Amino acid sequence: MNSTIPLFHFLVVAAALFSLGLAVAVTKRNVIGILIGLELMLNAANLNLIAFSRHDPMLLRGQLFALFVIVVAAAEVTVALAIVLRVYHHYGSIDPDAVSELKK
Amino acid sequence: MELAAFYFFATLAVGAGVFILLTRNLMYAAFALFLALLGMAALFVLAGADFLGVAQLMVYVGGILVLLIFGIMLTRTTDRTESAQTPNRVVVTLGRQIWGIGVGLALFGVLFSVIAQARFVLNGDTLDSRSTIRTLGVELMTSHLLPFEIAGILLLVALVGAAYLAMNRNPDPTE
Repeated sequence: MNSTIPLFHFLVVAAALFSLGLAVAVTKRNVIGILIGLELMLNAANLNLIAFSRHDPMLLRGQLFALFVIVVAAAEVTVALAIVLRVYHHYGSIDPDAVSELKK
Repeated sequence: MELAAFYFFATLAVGAGVFILLTRNLMYAAFALFLALLGMAALFVLAGADFLGVAQLMVYVGGILVLLIFGIMLTRTTDRTESAQTPNRVVVTLGRQIWGIGVGLALFGVLFSVIAQARFVLNGDTLDSRSTIRTLGVELMTSHLLPFEIAGILLLVALVGAAYLAMNRNPDPTE
């Protein structure tokens, strides 16, 4: 059974989600909001990799790459939230504009 | 039928993304991210990646999203005038929002034109309906063994590092 969904559809959805993620990361005045935007962008990249991987059914290299992207994203968000907690304890705010001094 | 499901889940994911962009309540944004990730997992399955769809659900919804919600609740700015009913607002200045949406729209225009002009030469067979788990497992244990081990070590380092960073090293001076 061949999939009836054209590749173009996947690519357009991934492009839309990537643009939305970038807009969220630029717009939010909160580090966690920026992290949410980053997650959207990583997912859009994964969707591209998986859509192209449909045409590589023997080795599935795109899906393997997407699997590693998921692992690295999990590690990234863990460390980022730990840093966010430290910054919040130190400055009492997680607005990236308010955190402008290296030492207080 | 497949195409209808694709459109439904794509609309779900993109609509949730738009809601994340426009909402001012960070908690709503986290729940909309849940919807977006759900739609993405369904799109993964529709693209033939059944294992990755399940992995996406388990890692993102089970792990990352819970972590994000914990982060939102722990870093809430305490305002004494607020009651429990007041939503935790994120102030978004108008200029920043215009810039953000403008940058996003411009990037989408560029990407769309590139995708529309691209002519991908795809001569491989498309994925048939069999499960991808066997191929993924064999590939991970043979030709991708080194990246697999490195990913394991990366996760361990991230775990230890996050626990060390989040540890409260300077106790409260008021005590």
